[in-house]
Amino acid sequence: MATEAQGEEGGLVFHPMDQFIVKPLFGDGPVGLFTITNVTLWMAITVVAVIALMVLGTSGRATIPGRMQSIGELAYGFIYKMVEDVAGKDAVAFFPYIMTLFMFIVFANFLGLVPMSFTTTSHFAVTVLLALLVFVTVTVVGFVKNGAAFLGLFWVSSAPLALRPVLAVIEIISYFVRPVSHSIRLAGNLMAGHAVIKVFAGFAAIAAVSPLSVVAITAMYGLEVLVSFIQAYVFTILTCVYLKDALHPSH
Amino acid sequence: MATETTGATASTCVVDGSAVGMPQLCFDWWPNQIFWLTVTLVVIFFVLSRIALPRIAAVLAERKGTITNDLAAAEDLKAKAVEAEEAYNKALADARAQAQEIIAEAKAEIQADLDDATAKADAEIAAKLAESEKKIAEIRESAMDSVKEVAKDTAKELVAAMGGKADGRTVTSAVNARMKG
Repeated sequence: MATEAQGEEGGLVFHPMDQFIVKPLFGDGPVGLFTITNVTLWMAITVVAVIALMVLGTSGRATIPGRMQSIGELAYGFIYKMVEDVAGKDAVAFFPYIMTLFMFIVFANFLGLVPMSFTTTSHFAVTVLLALLVFVTVTVVGFVKNGAAFLGLFWVSSAPLALRPVLAVIEIISYFVRPVSHSIRLAGNLMAGHAVIKVFAGFAAIAAVSPLSVVAITAMYGLEVLVSFIQAYVFTILTCVYLKDALHPSH
Repeated sequence: MATETTGATASTCVVDGSAVGMPQLCFDWWPNQIFWLTVTLVVIFFVLSRIALPRIAAVLAERKGTITNDLAAAEDLKAKAVEAEEAYNKALADARAQAQEIIAEAKAEIQADLDDATAKADAEIAAKLAESEKKIAEIRESAMDSVKEVAKDTAKELVAAMGGKADGRTVTSAVNARMKG
């Protein structure tokens, strides 16, 4: 995170990816499994933020909500309605799970926009685990609820018989590509946005273009605020869509 | 889990404080991130599912109940207001009718008084008129008599002046005949 670009000996040096380096908070040792790193720090801040909004914000249990409680209720209603509308009424049992994903992603994304922060959701390690969680959950739920009938998801019964094997291959490929696209979409969006901001920040070292650079950073930052929410929304709604496939596999 | 410790920089992904390639693809860091992510998700999940979500659900349900109750109460109050308005209108109509009655009564009373007074006044006027007529008749009568007297005397004197001898009875009948004609 340390380096912007420095105009060393007239040349611009960009290190837009340095902000993504994982490093121990205490000392310079290797990053082991349990090492407390900047990942730990920012995930802890995410947890604190979620608790602040959803637990402390609603501690008044007011019938007429205050600001914090309104936002908490808004998030609750937003995701609850999404689960109900997209995945169906019987998916409401998965609501806490989907809410967890949404709250984590949305808070991690927004906290990543704090200057000098570390964006946990810009790492494939994080998004791949999230996407695999969804993938495994959906697959397990699909087989548990429907048994072998879940395979009907790949057998498009409305298509002509001759086409069905071809379609089945395509469906299976698309099914297994889901976690890949699901994870890369989130991490890629955030990483690209943050890297672009760093690159623009690097140009600020040249006096002539620095005003333009500041304007560009501001514009990118605005875009990133939008992207932060939209990517959390997209991740969540896709989870709901996949869950719907698991609960109602017929096309 | 695996990293060889190479002096100051703890990973092959970082050389001289800068990232080599994409830090996202530095698999040395994956176990750490996955571990802490798991911890984070478990904590968030338990906090949400045990505390936050049931609480918000309860608050929302309570609010829904309150709103339903309030709406019912409002409906009740509205019915009461309509009732009150009806009662008010009825009272107003009653009062108006009563007022009309009182006015009519008062008018009738006044009319009766007026009629009475008018009749009395008329009677008085009639009586006074009759009396006056009587007096006028009397005066006229006496005036007539006087005229007769004067006419008789004058006639006698005239006759006497002309050298005749006035016969009282003849003069009187002549004057009477003249006065009638």
